[in-house]
Amino acid sequence: MSEPVASTPHNDYEKVLKDSSKDVASFDHDTPSALHKFRHFLHSNPSAVSLIVLVVSLIVFGLTLGGKFFSAFSLTLILQQVAITGIVGAAQSLVIMTAGIDLSVGAIMVLSSVVMGQFTFRYGLPPELAILCGFATGALCGFINGVLIARVKLPPFIVTLGMWQIVLASNFLYSANETIRAQEIETTAPILQFFGETFRIGGAVFTYGVIAMILLVGVLWYVLNHTAWGRHLYAVGDDPEAADLSGVNVQRMLISVYVLSGVICALAGWALIGRIGSVSPTAGQFANIESITAVVIGGISLFGGRGSILGMMFGALIVGVFSLGLRLLGTDVQWTYLLIGVLIIVAVAADQWIRKASR
Amino acid sequence: MDQKGITLMTDTRKPILTGRNLVKRYGRVTAIDNADFDLYPGEILAVIGDNGAGKSSLIKAISGAIRPDEGEIRMDGELVHFASPIEARKAGIETVYQNLALSPALSIADNMFLGREIRKPGFMGKVLRKLDHGAMEKMAREKLSELGLMTIQNINQAVETLSGGQRQGVAVARAAAFGSKVIILDEPTAALGVKESRRVLELILDVRSRGIPIVLISHNMPHVFEIADRIHIHRLGKRLTVINPKDYTMSDAVAFMTGAKAPEPLAA
Repeated sequence: MSEPVASTPHNDYEKVLKDSSKDVASFDHDTPSALHKFRHFLHSNPSAVSLIVLVVSLIVFGLTLGGKFFSAFSLTLILQQVAITGIVGAAQSLVIMTAGIDLSVGAIMVLSSVVMGQFTFRYGLPPELAILCGFATGALCGFINGVLIARVKLPPFIVTLGMWQIVLASNFLYSANETIRAQEIETTAPILQFFGETFRIGGAVFTYGVIAMILLVGVLWYVLNHTAWGRHLYAVGDDPEAADLSGVNVQRMLISVYVLSGVICALAGWALIGRIGSVSPTAGQFANIESITAVVIGGISLFGGRGSILGMMFGALIVGVFSLGLRLLGTDVQWTYLLIGVLIIVAVAADQWIRKASR
Repeated sequence: MDQKGITLMTDTRKPILTGRNLVKRYGRVTAIDNADFDLYPGEILAVIGDNGAGKSSLIKAISGAIRPDEGEIRMDGELVHFASPIEARKAGIETVYQNLALSPALSIADNMFLGREIRKPGFMGKVLRKLDHGAMEKMAREKLSELGLMTIQNINQAVETLSGGQRQGVAVARAAAFGSKVIILDEPTAALGVKESRRVLELILDVRSRGIPIVLISHNMPHVFEIADRIHIHRLGKRLTVINPKDYTMSDAVAFMTGAKAPEPLAA
């Protein structure tokens, strides 16, 4: 910085500044401690914590269980088990990054899958068209959420709590609580089970649902980091007023996020048919809680504007690793829930600690 | 009120931005009551007034945040109607708000280009909508160095890691970066320490030296008298007078502002 010309005092009270140090608003240049550096690294790489936890838990379970756990088959089994959570978690991540929350994700997922199934079997539509109708249903539910939140300015928690009940009830009323059996789907509309189909690479077993989750997270990572829409999403979650004054259309942003969330939930609904084989209106009851768990363990801030979608996927995988690992160890399943509860609280505590790096 | 005598020194030039007979009512409250406003090229015009005098309403009308009920705003002689701050910005009026309107978790470069990002050329930009991070970072760095703000080492650091003065600097640089014709600064030194204020005042003078006229809203009389070329005194919803800071003392200005003294119509 060149020495500013106007540093000569203009006002009486500034004359005393003459002898004071001249550096203005500069940074501390003393070497930060290793801990501080580490914290700063975590601050600029929000998904690092969950990745570290994932790798450590893989190593620990691998050492204690050996080949039983550390095989291509078991590891890909984890992927299959978290695919639905991962897809719904992607929708949840987008919403939570805008400082919102979507409690209706699971209900939208189930309703979409029921629409896909019933439109095919009750009305005899071609399954491809029925799938499109399912996506439209998801988008419509998301649109209602978005309008109520962005335009009517109701709190996201309340809107989606209400929509959760409304959508779930519509789902039961419309489906008359009927399940469409797996064999029926297999013979007349196998495309509905597309995401359940498997292929093998050596001992590893993948479903198309797993591929869908990984592709979806990859695409959303690109969109969030390399498009204006993505940057605006972070800005809206960070400080909506500032985003508005900077020229971001906050209302349109929020509505588009909830619509996209609904569409992703419909994709999860399609994948759900593949996972369980049948179309069941009672499936996926805990998808909303599981998706929020994945998001929180993945280090995405519930206050919006911070976090990486990759973190969410790592978070979902951590839950999957714990579930399978503890099951293989033969422990009571309640230990899994207990440990996941601990992880959630630790994750939020870590988030608070990391954020202090900015102060 | 006849102000010809008072604004004599600028009479020969054409104003870049004018407001005439602006009125804005909120229910039964008249926030702007037939107010006039003139900004000339290359000047720093300070707008002062007591709390509730309506200066922020006046500024909001000019920056597009509110629509006046009556009156006309002209830019370069042409009638303009701004429906939003974004429209005003497109016309070249940049406003640096008191709360700065920066997103704390985003980087300096992201903030400078928020709402007007540069996309990559060709397929990547058109179809995949990929942002050109490199070009944006380069331009942000250039703009910050031009304004002597390159004590900021890393253009990718989050805005929340900057000090108050540096944030103000980023906000001003953003306003000055995009070929703007007018910059409105709302209380730029209100939240800053003595030394940081000095730095920001230099920055304002620097921006003026590049020929961009500035509207400065401030409560800080010493700062106003130090850098303003003319001072617009707002009282009871209208322009009371415009004074040259060289001809009046701060106590005079405060007396006009509060109504303790009436300005002489022809004093110049």
